[in-house]
Amino acid sequence: MTTTTPTLPNRRFSLPFVIKVEPRLDAPAWLGPVVSLGAIAVALLLGAVVLKLVGGNPWAAYAHIAKAAFGDIGVFSDTLVKATPLMMVGLACSIAFRMKLWNIGAEGQFYMGALGASMVVLIPIAPETAPGWITLPLMLIAGMAFGAGWGFIPGWLKAKLKVNEIITTLMMNYIAVAFVNFFVFAVWSEGGFQMSKTFQRAAWLPRLADFATEIKLFRGLTTHAGLLIGIAAAAVIWYILYRSLWGYEIRLIGDNPRAAQYAGLNITRNTVLVMMTSGALAGLAGMSEIAGAVHRLQTSISPGYGFTGIIIAWLAKLNPLVVIPVSILFGGLILAGREIQPSGVPRLIQGIILFMLIASDVLMRYRVRIAWNADAGADV
Amino acid sequence: MDPIIILQAGVASGTVLLFATIGAIFSERAGVLNLGVEGMMLIGAMSAFSVTVATGNGGLGLLAAMFVAGLLSLLHGLVSIHFQADQVVSGLALTFLGVGLSLVFGEGLSKAGTITLLPVYTVPVLSAIPFIGPILFTKQSVMVYIGYALVPLAWFFINYTRPGMHLRAVGENPTAADAMGINVYRLRYTYVFVGGTLAGLAGGTISLAISPGWFSELTTSGQGWIAVGLVIFAQWDPWRAAFGSYTFGALRRTILDIQGPTTLFGFANPFYYNPYWGFFLQMLPYAFTIIVLIIGSREALRKRLGAPAALGVPYVRGERGH
Amino acid sequence: MATSRTAVEMRGIVKRFPGVLANDHVDFDLRAGEIHALLGENGAGKSTLMSVLAGLYKPEAGITLVRGEPVSFNSPRDAIARGLGMIHQHFTLVPSQTVTENILLGLDEPRFLMRLSAYDRRMAELGERFGLKVSPQAKIWQLSVGEQQRVEVLKMLYRGVQVLIMDEPTAVLAPQEIEELFKTLRAMASEGKSIVFISHKLQEVTAIADRVTVLRRGKATAAGLKTSETSRAELAKLMVGREVLFHLDKKPHAFGEVVLKLEDVRAQNDKGLPALRGVSLTVRSGEVVGIAAIAGNGQSELAEVITGLRRATAGRVLVSGEDVTNHSAALAIQKGVAHVPEDRTHVGSAPNLSITDNVIMKSYRHAPLARGWSLNRLAARQKAEELKEEYSILAPSVDTSVRLLSGGNLQRVILARELSAKPKLLIAMQPTRGLDVGAIEGVQRLLLTQCEAGAAVLLSSEELEEIFALSDRIIVMYEGEVVGELTEHDAETIGLMMTGAKRQTPGSPA
Repeated sequence: MTTTTPTLPNRRFSLPFVIKVEPRLDAPAWLGPVVSLGAIAVALLLGAVVLKLVGGNPWAAYAHIAKAAFGDIGVFSDTLVKATPLMMVGLACSIAFRMKLWNIGAEGQFYMGALGASMVVLIPIAPETAPGWITLPLMLIAGMAFGAGWGFIPGWLKAKLKVNEIITTLMMNYIAVAFVNFFVFAVWSEGGFQMSKTFQRAAWLPRLADFATEIKLFRGLTTHAGLLIGIAAAAVIWYILYRSLWGYEIRLIGDNPRAAQYAGLNITRNTVLVMMTSGALAGLAGMSEIAGAVHRLQTSISPGYGFTGIIIAWLAKLNPLVVIPVSILFGGLILAGREIQPSGVPRLIQGIILFMLIASDVLMRYRVRIAWNADAGADV
Repeated sequence: MDPIIILQAGVASGTVLLFATIGAIFSERAGVLNLGVEGMMLIGAMSAFSVTVATGNGGLGLLAAMFVAGLLSLLHGLVSIHFQADQVVSGLALTFLGVGLSLVFGEGLSKAGTITLLPVYTVPVLSAIPFIGPILFTKQSVMVYIGYALVPLAWFFINYTRPGMHLRAVGENPTAADAMGINVYRLRYTYVFVGGTLAGLAGGTISLAISPGWFSELTTSGQGWIAVGLVIFAQWDPWRAAFGSYTFGALRRTILDIQGPTTLFGFANPFYYNPYWGFFLQMLPYAFTIIVLIIGSREALRKRLGAPAALGVPYVRGERGH
Repeated sequence: MATSRTAVEMRGIVKRFPGVLANDHVDFDLRAGEIHALLGENGAGKSTLMSVLAGLYKPEAGITLVRGEPVSFNSPRDAIARGLGMIHQHFTLVPSQTVTENILLGLDEPRFLMRLSAYDRRMAELGERFGLKVSPQAKIWQLSVGEQQRVEVLKMLYRGVQVLIMDEPTAVLAPQEIEELFKTLRAMASEGKSIVFISHKLQEVTAIADRVTVLRRGKATAAGLKTSETSRAELAKLMVGREVLFHLDKKPHAFGEVVLKLEDVRAQNDKGLPALRGVSLTVRSGEVVGIAAIAGNGQSELAEVITGLRRATAGRVLVSGEDVTNHSAALAIQKGVAHVPEDRTHVGSAPNLSITDNVIMKSYRHAPLARGWSLNRLAARQKAEELKEEYSILAPSVDTSVRLLSGGNLQRVILARELSAKPKLLIAMQPTRGLDVGAIEGVQRLLLTQCEAGAAVLLSSEELEEIFALSDRIIVMYEGEVVGELTEHDAETIGLMMTGAKRQTPGSPA
């Protein structure tokens, strides 16, 4: 004698349906991007609320951002200039995060890369009269080398001594900034100001504006070759992660280090290599910013690119190609955000976006199902 | 470069780190990693300062700091406990959020007015004890004394009380705790909140007692991160946390004082004659944190001790593990 | 001893997980003072049903009555309050805390301060009463698995449970310890407590239980059968649904050269304590050597030393005459050593990666899968498809994440990877643990095929029957040493050796 009775004890009232949250077996391909876009939309809304609370006008602010970043070819060019270092820092974070190495030190590696590139001009390693095709590659190599070295230290500490890389990379950020400050003030300061002398033209990455005589459209556009370097880097990292043997190893270690060890992979070597690569990419961003946009060594070269890179990587779901458009988006946000009061708004919006992104990830792993009481016992 | 002054100031500024570190210890013992400490400290500092400017009451300011920071940290709790997101990224997001909110709401705060600092006390008999008296009990802020009390209380609570045992169980083996009827989620939320309030308290201590005022991000300048590192050095023990925090405090004071005098231990003071060497001094706290981390990690490896076993791992009831 | 008082009644229980109906309208009843076995293959739904009873899960439908009253539990705490407690396969103990602390975990006493000495005494007395000796101040990580189980039982007894559910309790015990456990259970039953004994082992069920309920694929195929009125063959049929062969076809053949030789190998475990104290053994090509040992006596560390995952502090490991001691895991793989690990999900596979990615884990560096620096994804896919076919891996496609696969299919993926490399030496650790009968037969056949093809196989299993069925030679390990080596299927002697009660004198014939 089997009776099927409701399992819940008598309730005073009950809705005609039950809301169930269940783990999802598989997620359809379109869900990821939709959820991410939804998260951004909600984040912008929340940002608007906060802006309202401090007495600003959110919609005017957002409209201003859109116009100031993408309104015409001039500002778009400026957006691209901001996007260039973001791209490479986003790549740096992506490759590290793929192996679950939390490189929070992209900011410091950026500074070191800028320092290295500057040294080529300021020591000088390449004479001032040297042509661009000698100076610039040297700067590139120096930038990447310094960044890689700065990434090597926390990487080695993690690999050999299991020291938490989140904190070490973070600490290295502060150390790097102080280090660069020393050089700017004590060694190469121009007239006591917090910047070095402006670099010779040979040490400038070519810009669109350089071709203004040939193409009138390019007049005043400061987009520089760093953008091409960034896109090339994205392609290289894409190849590494998705097509190469090394990329397979990175993904395997990131998913399950014990299985990777069991399969004979050398986790120590890979940890160090990935951190060095990540550092090199961030250093490359630093070189690109120095040689392409700033053209001298100074104290504040980065408005927090290293941290924005983390958000870019996360939003791009660690896909190098998606990093490109996401960087442009955030480049616009940073560019236009400079003029918004209060000054913490772009940072706040970035924080809300990251939060919404992680919170929305849950939708990828669970789904909400509404079960009408009539078929409470039916099969899925 | 008076050692007494250095240690005295060290204890004072170390108290900030102490609050944050012990807060993080509570949270991590329950199994939840909270990297948002820096953001929580900053918003604590801002809230404390702005409420005190508005009401003139430092106590209210502290309460505001604790409340706001605790509330925000519950967001991190929600995302990492209920939504089972990666605790590292969630903590980072919390930092960005805290920093962003502080900067936005703290706009113009530095010009908003001055405050009276929290009371400073000298304990009558104890301050006369040679060497220790002037350091620990003379002209220290009330927050410092609260810090003194917090360390043994935290230690006793965690190790010798029943709720403390439950806390440890939840961080070591949440499955066991759950099977025995302990509400793992509720406890984790509670201790994330505790960690957040203590971080907020740390921030309030900065802006109302130690380095009063509001200086945007420079108010905390990375101390929240140093606290997270100190937790590892402390091996999740409040006494070691105190040792580490006060040592760091003394280090910071040393860095300030060492640039002043013209001679140092009989030799010409290089830091006086080369003021730019100050940048290297600036690096010291951060470099020291790395060293401290290395020491802590090697010890953990050697003693095969280490973090609470379930730290950083979201708990899902009924997960079938084979 | 049967009484007519019903302790627990479950009617029409339905429990669903994503993609699987674990309990399909199951009825179950339990009388006071009886030992009732819940029998079924792995995955039949036994643990799920009892987890519902113990308050871990809420069923989608069905009712539960305890002593005649309907109940609905929201957590294990509610169930324990009603006198129902469950001891799981994986112990719910906090390793860094003491026995007493673990027993007190979750209770409202002591009120605030932990004055443990009084409680220590109480725990010791409780242990005496039921014949479960433990030292109250010992920390859990210091105890043997059998002792830990005793703590789990004491936990329940301290809370005054009347219904004790034990999930596969004998998996970690030696034959003698199993007898002791049975004695304890009978003592508890005679005091009026009821015991539910979840197992997939027929011989134990018939030995200990008064009545048995059989589950198959979520449904009850027999409920409350008196064990005295049924046979092992009938129970097996109810469990599996068809006639079950209890024998394997093992063709005798000649053994070849020595493939694996261990000379006085010593090693430490993760805690720094000695795990291997001078192990020497040989395995020849075509031979299956089975290791009989209780969990935690060094067999895991032995496998790790051979496969390059753990350092040997002394001694030598030779594969086909070559000294590979303390070389890397990569070298072991290169030399033709295949390893089917104990832990499928945490060591043997990368859960979020696809079947393809998992299958190429050890071979991706060589042609045709590697082309210069690139991975030849087409070749990898092809190989995965072939292996999927050959090893009957059930999955939507080779791109499916392996975490979505059942235990049996995951093991097939691992076996496909290891065996397709045509290894010289195969180290198989608990290869059939957690699999249902059909999968078990398949795996065992695959192992035999390997040895027929000339591979040397070192097998470790907790099922003595499996060791008997597959091995040419049996090695018994206890506390990191080889204490016996025999070819006869002498369960009693082996059992004694496994618990250290007997050792083979050196110099005896192998």
